[in-house]
Amino acid sequence: MSSTSLTPPAPEAVASRPAAARVARAHGGRTGRAGAPGASRVARLIAFVLGTVWLVIVLLPIYYMALASFRTQGQYLTGNPWLPVGGLSLSSYSTVFSATGLGTDFRNSAVLTLASIVIVVLFSLGAAYRIVRRGSRFAAVSFRVILFGLAVPVQAIIIPIFIIVVKMHLYDTLIAVILAASASLIAVAVLLMVNYVRAIPRELFDAMTVDGAGEWTLFTRLVWPMARPVLAVVSIFAGLGAWNNFLIPLILTQSNSNSVLPVGLYEVASTSQYGIDVPVVMAAVMLSVLPLVLLYFGLRRQFVQGLGGLAIR
Amino acid sequence: MATVSTVLNRERAPVPVPKPGSPRRRVLLLADIVGLSPTLLLYGLFIVVPVVFAVFLSFTSWNVIGTLRWVGFANWSRFFSDPGAHHALLVTLELVVFSWLVETPLAMALGLFIAGTQRYRSVYAAIYLLPLLLSTAGIALMWEGVLSPEFGGLAWFSFHLKLSFLNQNWLGSPNLTLYVLVVIIAWQFVPFHALIYQAGRRTIPNELYEAARIDGATLAQTFRYVTLPQLRYTVVTSSMLIVVGSLTYFDIIFILTQGGPGDTTRVLSLYMYDTGFLQTEFGYASVLAVVLAVLGIAVALLLIRATGFGKMDSGREGIS
Repeated sequence: MSSTSLTPPAPEAVASRPAAARVARAHGGRTGRAGAPGASRVARLIAFVLGTVWLVIVLLPIYYMALASFRTQGQYLTGNPWLPVGGLSLSSYSTVFSATGLGTDFRNSAVLTLASIVIVVLFSLGAAYRIVRRGSRFAAVSFRVILFGLAVPVQAIIIPIFIIVVKMHLYDTLIAVILAASASLIAVAVLLMVNYVRAIPRELFDAMTVDGAGEWTLFTRLVWPMARPVLAVVSIFAGLGAWNNFLIPLILTQSNSNSVLPVGLYEVASTSQYGIDVPVVMAAVMLSVLPLVLLYFGLRRQFVQGLGGLAIR
Repeated sequence: MATVSTVLNRERAPVPVPKPGSPRRRVLLLADIVGLSPTLLLYGLFIVVPVVFAVFLSFTSWNVIGTLRWVGFANWSRFFSDPGAHHALLVTLELVVFSWLVETPLAMALGLFIAGTQRYRSVYAAIYLLPLLLSTAGIALMWEGVLSPEFGGLAWFSFHLKLSFLNQNWLGSPNLTLYVLVVIIAWQFVPFHALIYQAGRRTIPNELYEAARIDGATLAQTFRYVTLPQLRYTVVTSSMLIVVGSLTYFDIIFILTQGGPGDTTRVLSLYMYDTGFLQTEFGYASVLAVVLAVLGIAVALLLIRATGFGKMDSGREGIS
């Protein structure tokens, strides 16, 4: 687990010569690395302007959605969609809970997410511990099998997953979604965990072994406490993957009582009753992302690393 | 996958290997089985078995309810003569190429931008990542609102600021909709790739920039001869993820267009979904699924091969 992305780079050396100023300008304008003393003000300004343009691109649709969510259907159709004039209201938010059935979806999504986190974290830490210890050939072979799955997209195996779930009589249950979602996340989780557990100094293992600790004690007294930081990262990775999963619950569930948020949102938007009530749909999306945004600003470091987990998928 | 090779090869076994048959060896094996079997069971049932099963199904004809019939290569020859499949492949290819062309330069520029040291840039970086928190379903519905023809946000501009080119049927126009999808997908994933480029930039030693400075390199030269070559593994990593990701992309297209208008945005994964779950032709749909998986794995291997296998992890530093 490298933390390169989290540590600020060394301060740029002071550039005083004209050539240096040109290079610094290069970073500011072309590669966006202004900030070095001596970097041209123009380059920094260009970087600032372009960076701000993207900021606006990111925020505009989110702002549009937020504003629309605070309106009634009537206000949405007549009001200015970009400015908070012409009346705001909270009625769409109450409609989300009272009329769309998304309350159940919230609960199901919470269950799915928590269960997936527990399964993925516990299973992958146990697996990673044994893979790093490499006590037998079984561990090495298992690791290769797990890594093979990194290359398999879920879309390509969703039909067999569906058939297996039907044959196990788990179709249209939350359990099926939990198991399939966890399985789709676990390879990456194992890799993240292995990278981390590998960094625990071997001397610690040796010292505890000399003191008579068995494999189980090493796990509970050494690996588990040492792995705390990566547990948060893997939890966030697994939690995001489960909370936002669309395809797996779309295929594996059917009834409203087992529906989860992303599928529920899609259904609310595509049924005729709410299909035209944009504010209700927007309010529902806002509510679905709210818990994540709150967590994100509380745990940014872990989020960035957890999102990075997607990179090895 | 390079992380993979390094993990496998980097160090020796931490556990001194005991003699075969010794009690210690049995304890270790037991511990391995206890530690690994939950993961292997879950994984085997929902990943490994389905992979084998998908290949098997591609040689059968089945709709779940009726009996399963072995049809040999019938599904496969149908694939090679099916214009629908060819069109889906073509659309998928377009999506891959355009996504790469749009996302790579943007992500690189933004990644280098947020690798800078100024305080405001880390604030920007925090906001850039917001799209990654939204579910793809949420993103699709949000953009549906922005783009809707009469009451949407862009339509408002076209009516009130007389920017009539903004009044398009964004999600229902045969010539336009695929590009709109590319833009929405870029909105979702550019921040993620910027994160990869940021990490890549931060692994470039400052000495190289020092040297370029002393040699009097210009703006373009420094980028061309220092930054770009140093980022090559980062480019590979990011490109691979873009290509494999857009090959299998499903959610946003399914929600926003269902492949329409007509079949202009019906990518391979969507065609597979329609064939499998709407027409319940699981045999033929499995052919499409296998093609999808093979394409994804082939592209990944090709890119790794083309750029040097063992060195990939340098491009990953800071990510995992």
